[in-house]
Amino acid sequence: MPDTVSTDSLLATPLDALHRTLGAKMVPFAGYSMPVQYPLGVLKEHLHTRAAAGLFDVSHMGQADLVGEDIIAAVEELVPGDIQSLKAGRIRYTQLLNEEGGIIDDLMIAKPVDDDPNRLHLVVNAACKDKDYAVFEAHLKGRGSLERKSQHALLALQGPKAAKVLALLDPQCATMPFMSLRAASIAGTDVVVSRCGYTGEDGFEISVPAVSATELAEALLEHADVEPIGLGARDSLRLEAGLCLYGHDIDVTTSPVEADLVWSIGKRRRLEGGFPGDARLLKELHEGPSRVRVGLKPIGRAPAREGTVIETVDGDGVGVITSGGFGPTVEAPIAMGYVEKTYAQPGTRLHLIVRGKVLEADVTSMPFVPQRYYRGSK
Amino acid sequence: MSDTRYTKEHEWIRMDGDIATIGITEYAQSQLGDIVFVEVPDEGKSVSKGLEAAVVESVKAASEVYAPVSGIVTEGNAVLADAPDTVNSDPDGDGWFFKMTLSDPSELDELMDQAAYDSYLKEIDG
Repeated sequence: MPDTVSTDSLLATPLDALHRTLGAKMVPFAGYSMPVQYPLGVLKEHLHTRAAAGLFDVSHMGQADLVGEDIIAAVEELVPGDIQSLKAGRIRYTQLLNEEGGIIDDLMIAKPVDDDPNRLHLVVNAACKDKDYAVFEAHLKGRGSLERKSQHALLALQGPKAAKVLALLDPQCATMPFMSLRAASIAGTDVVVSRCGYTGEDGFEISVPAVSATELAEALLEHADVEPIGLGARDSLRLEAGLCLYGHDIDVTTSPVEADLVWSIGKRRRLEGGFPGDARLLKELHEGPSRVRVGLKPIGRAPAREGTVIETVDGDGVGVITSGGFGPTVEAPIAMGYVEKTYAQPGTRLHLIVRGKVLEADVTSMPFVPQRYYRGSK
Repeated sequence: MSDTRYTKEHEWIRMDGDIATIGITEYAQSQLGDIVFVEVPDEGKSVSKGLEAAVVESVKAASEVYAPVSGIVTEGNAVLADAPDTVNSDPDGDGWFFKMTLSDPSELDELMDQAAYDSYLKEIDG
């Protein structure tokens, strides 16, 4: 059983009262009091999101704008993503890197809908907000500034029925491309809708003024297809989707190449460099990294959790699990972790040391469930 | 009511002749949530009071189940390997974890009876 933690110093999201009304179990997370699960429970919340639509409160995440002339060039000095080529209203997943090419945070960067060349939108991880903002502000000194959108909540509506449900409030959202955003007015409130998420499903994130957040959440929850979903299912959904959790699967010691995030490094950036740790990343791109993030499927039912040592079948240590648990949709234990490059090939049999015993596992390509992002109407 | 005893870690133990049956309480299963894996000890294993004897895992986390008393395991509940959610649906009955003989039956006296456990639950939920 978890220890009781003092909740005195925790921040509350604008939806705090709604969570409690809905019967959520609240836990401390990244300095916030957050719903880990609702009465439905983690397993059913997970399955509901894959079958219909789930509503997540992700207001703890950091929303901010970077503003300044030449802001795009300034930001490219911090991330390996191609920001220059980003079109108006499009979103890029990238990483904030340190001088060693380690990941300070992973984040979303978007070009404003109106194509304002002097502004970029950011969404960063809750626990990394302060350090990220400090990195941006230190780097931008004299060239630009960071504007925190602390008066905005962020709701995520995820699942195969998310578009149908949101279209009832905002018809145009149904045909938004994946990784795009648009300004919309929902029930008289100005919001920004992004077609992205952290579940592997089609879905949206809606940035809404804090004062209107509860009303919007309630309007979405009114629909029979929508259930509120807590952090517990958010974690199992993203694990099945093969997505990294910062502080676990990626951190300041891992590079985007090791983390198998090469797809997010722009082609032009690979040729030109010009981001922190570019020498290491370009070397890893050419020679291959010494270790790489892989998916693992334990044989049998026992899950292997974060921190589990990975060995060869001969008992040599070759890595460690960074996220592991049970995949409700896969109906089996799943995990991801880092292994030496030699053992990263899908199908490679490895040993996981769980409670002193060997658990056999196979390296598996990720995601564990097919991604179902919106790719245009057929 | 049979004479069931409880630990502060939310295990229950019930005697039937010389054999004790051990499981986790309704409160424990509700706190854990959906149980996806259970590992019970094999017959013949020696377990010690207060030390790990079994493992129960929900979607999110693994937790230990401690032996309420010391002794030798006579049977692990084989049903839980394929149907771990039995612990959620019937924690006091079919969701039992293991059976054992006691090396020192007086250890039972140190555990809570139903009334003491009920008031303990009120205390921690208060």
